[in-house]
Amino acid sequence: MLIKLTGGTVYDPASGIDGKVQTLYVQDGKFIKQPASDVKIDKEYDLKGKVVMSGAIDMHTHIGGGKGNIARMLIPEDHRKDPVHRSDITRSGCGHAMPSTFTTGYRYAEMGYTAGFEPAILPINARQAHMEMADIPILDKGGYVMLGSDDYLLRMLTAKKDQKAINDYVAWTMNAAKAIGVKVVNPGGINAFKFNQRQLDLDEKNTHYQVTPREILQVLATAVKEIGVKHPLHVHGCNLGVPGNVETTLDTMQGIGGLPMHLTHIQFHSYGTEGDFKFSSGGAAIAESINKHKNITADVGQILFGQTITASGDNMRQHANHGFANPNKWVCMDIECDAGCGVVPFKYRDQNFVNALQWAIGLEIFLLVDDPWRIFLTTDHPNGAPFTTYPHLIRLLMDKSFRNDMLATIHPEAQKMTTLASIDREYSLQEIAILTRAGAAKLVGLEDRGSLAEGAWADITVYTEDADREKMFEKPDYVFKDGELVVVDGKVVHTKWGTTHIVRPDWDTSVEKDLQKYFDRFMTMKVGNFKISDDEITEDGRGSLTVHSLNGGT
Amino acid sequence: MTEITEVPSPFCGIGTDDLSIQVDGLSLKVSENGCAVNTPAFEQAMTDTRARVDGKEVGLDVAVAKAAELLRASNQPVIGGCATDVNGMRGVMALADHSGAVVDNMNFTGARRNFLALQDTGWMNTTLAEIKNRCDFLLVVGVDLEGFAPRFFERYLWNKESMFLDDTSQRIVVYIGKAPSGDASTSPAGLKAKVLPCADADLPEVMAVLRALVKGNKVVAENICGIALSDLQAVAEQLKAAKYGVVTWAAGALNFDQAELTVQMLSEMVKDINTMDTRCSGFPLGGKEGDQTANQVCGWTSAYPARARFSSGFPEYDPFLYDSNAMLANGEADVLVWVQAFNVASVPPQTDLPTIVVARSGMTFTKEPDVFIPVGTPGIDHAGHAYRLDNVVAIRLKKLRDSGLPSTADVLNAIEQAL
Repeated sequence: MLIKLTGGTVYDPASGIDGKVQTLYVQDGKFIKQPASDVKIDKEYDLKGKVVMSGAIDMHTHIGGGKGNIARMLIPEDHRKDPVHRSDITRSGCGHAMPSTFTTGYRYAEMGYTAGFEPAILPINARQAHMEMADIPILDKGGYVMLGSDDYLLRMLTAKKDQKAINDYVAWTMNAAKAIGVKVVNPGGINAFKFNQRQLDLDEKNTHYQVTPREILQVLATAVKEIGVKHPLHVHGCNLGVPGNVETTLDTMQGIGGLPMHLTHIQFHSYGTEGDFKFSSGGAAIAESINKHKNITADVGQILFGQTITASGDNMRQHANHGFANPNKWVCMDIECDAGCGVVPFKYRDQNFVNALQWAIGLEIFLLVDDPWRIFLTTDHPNGAPFTTYPHLIRLLMDKSFRNDMLATIHPEAQKMTTLASIDREYSLQEIAILTRAGAAKLVGLEDRGSLAEGAWADITVYTEDADREKMFEKPDYVFKDGELVVVDGKVVHTKWGTTHIVRPDWDTSVEKDLQKYFDRFMTMKVGNFKISDDEITEDGRGSLTVHSLNGGT
Repeated sequence: MTEITEVPSPFCGIGTDDLSIQVDGLSLKVSENGCAVNTPAFEQAMTDTRARVDGKEVGLDVAVAKAAELLRASNQPVIGGCATDVNGMRGVMALADHSGAVVDNMNFTGARRNFLALQDTGWMNTTLAEIKNRCDFLLVVGVDLEGFAPRFFERYLWNKESMFLDDTSQRIVVYIGKAPSGDASTSPAGLKAKVLPCADADLPEVMAVLRALVKGNKVVAENICGIALSDLQAVAEQLKAAKYGVVTWAAGALNFDQAELTVQMLSEMVKDINTMDTRCSGFPLGGKEGDQTANQVCGWTSAYPARARFSSGFPEYDPFLYDSNAMLANGEADVLVWVQAFNVASVPPQTDLPTIVVARSGMTFTKEPDVFIPVGTPGIDHAGHAYRLDNVVAIRLKKLRDSGLPSTADVLNAIEQAL
């Protein structure tokens, strides 16, 4: 099948193309050079006047794993407001805050997204994460495996094991859990909560292991770099949501000493303590620090107003915030000497001072970080807002007058505490393409995705120009996944199954001897039964694994 | 004959994965680490290998076509049982979506007590490895724990080593309600569990008083349903003094009206203790015959637990209305599909409706179903995944023998395709 996409205005930052009229050719799922004139074109799409980008990539979205399913179970009343009918080609489900897997795939595709990455895969829960993601149609997927509160790593640190041993353990875990990155959540804090510690600052010690979050970040960031994983250590920092945490976040950036590090949902970690309500914006300071530290990347975790549900591995902070649960019900779990989770429904309100300022802080960070290759568009779905709000968020970034109109409606004291009104920046289409495509593919370490260049997989989104960017981005004319047309006019017309992106860093096989002993003594399953085999992903005939390269050529 | 080691069990719910099983053709023998639940479940003989329609042996395609015909003619099918592995449950969901069926896990009426509490106020829970390494005080409410899971104590409480306890044999165990049926809860050091017996129906009152005592509220009565107030006071103090207390219950064993309020009472008590400068967790027991698996898979594909209806073209959840037994009794269903890949004794409910049974080889019936399709057992005849009781860990089930039986997923997907 040879497809010709004729005359669209192409935004492909990966190839340095910024709004140029181009014709694209796709064969067998990938972009090819213009074929000879006598080659038969099977299907041509006239894209004159249309905007063409690659399929969008959500590099941080909670779409697979136990806490998401707990979230689903917890709020049936939220699902009832958004039932999704089956059709001849699509499955039924529910939408809104924490949609069912099939609905997740359809709705992402319908806004032009073709990949999503689960950022918090507990090693012990990795099977579930992959099984859920296996039931998300159309999208490619993958995830970051969570370390840092697991007793095995903390025992290694207490025993002063060398960096090489830690590298082997990290690489082994990535292989066992089928991950493409490594995440740390409230470094050591989830573990400290099991010893009844209720907070853990960057230099505070775990009372049992005598290890600090700073040490955990250092060894894990080093491990990720040394084993060659392209996605930098993905960090959900200390003190999420705590007024004054901006200082901790600045210290975290400074303290990592130039190692690559990604700070996730940084909005939740950018709070000061000034003003009458002792809650203020640290947005400018955070953006300035990101601008200065070229080793740092961040996604925002923008909040948007309305009902959602927060699902996090950070049960220490989720427990501390359970008083804000709306509706008033919540779940916390300690999990398998591995990690934990906390699920708390939230309703962000524009007339609540704190929520209103959170909204403004996220936007400040988006607009004050200079380099679009180092900042990423997320709501930390579903924690800041469901992913279906992305078109609205894009409009807030691209349209200053719309943004200021919104700003004028929020809690008046919050308006006084933000510099948002004075920021003139409006994101360009090319910058949006960087945040949501080229930059995301590069950050995750995906080859052949997030680009419209020859040889890349043909994940394509076609939009009609509209001054109302929300309208434009919520309803693409066409979406192609691996060269197959899956969405027309914002509706799924065909479904398929995406691949699972992973890396396979090397590890010294001797590491498994210690792990086997540890599993036999303390865990509840055999180490051999813990590791996920390739056929668990592929045996149903729908799933596949795509292995990406590492730095250093291995 | 071959011996397969480190075999995980889908039967006991606690995810034992250290069984050794001798395979001799189609016959299995548990040679190591069996128990009263797992051994007979693995060793159950395979008998039927061919499908039947109206009692006559037919090819699989004929049985599948007949099942599809019955479902096509149906206005409201119900799929009961739902006792299978993850892929089998995926098949249930696809078939239910296509045929507009009700999906109802056979243990849901018990599990409903947990779901109602969860969906009203939530809970703080833990998992097996945390218990194994951290639990210093275990309160067992209303269940004979060793009857439920014979190897629970051996594997998760009297383990020789733990990361955070110097001496696991000093752990304290207290029962409220049902007394233990044996001595599994007696520690290796000879420490016997304390038992505060009461009738099941008195548990709401006893747990309410216990929570009041935990919170320091004044209780005037001296005897609560046969339990001395001072004994309950002692339990309250132990819960608060423990570094990592655990409160366990089995929703299925709380067989009295409005038992969800008792689940809620003890879950809220656990939350209370976590505000008293220590840690405490709940631990619901379940996970048998695929019940957690059914709820998990139904959860991610529909967003609801495994009692949902698809006849409107989208999932609707109601923990009472879509009870398949009630629907059968009230004439609200017109075809029954019974899916039970684990247990031949778990037969479909009695009904005069057209019945399709997709079940483990060896199931016998007082009334022959219209369609019977014997399927392989996950973890014996084919690989698969099953959830453990703590709902976090999905175990990878192994294929132990080559029986040629189709899997639940094979059969249900074929029926769905034939619709």
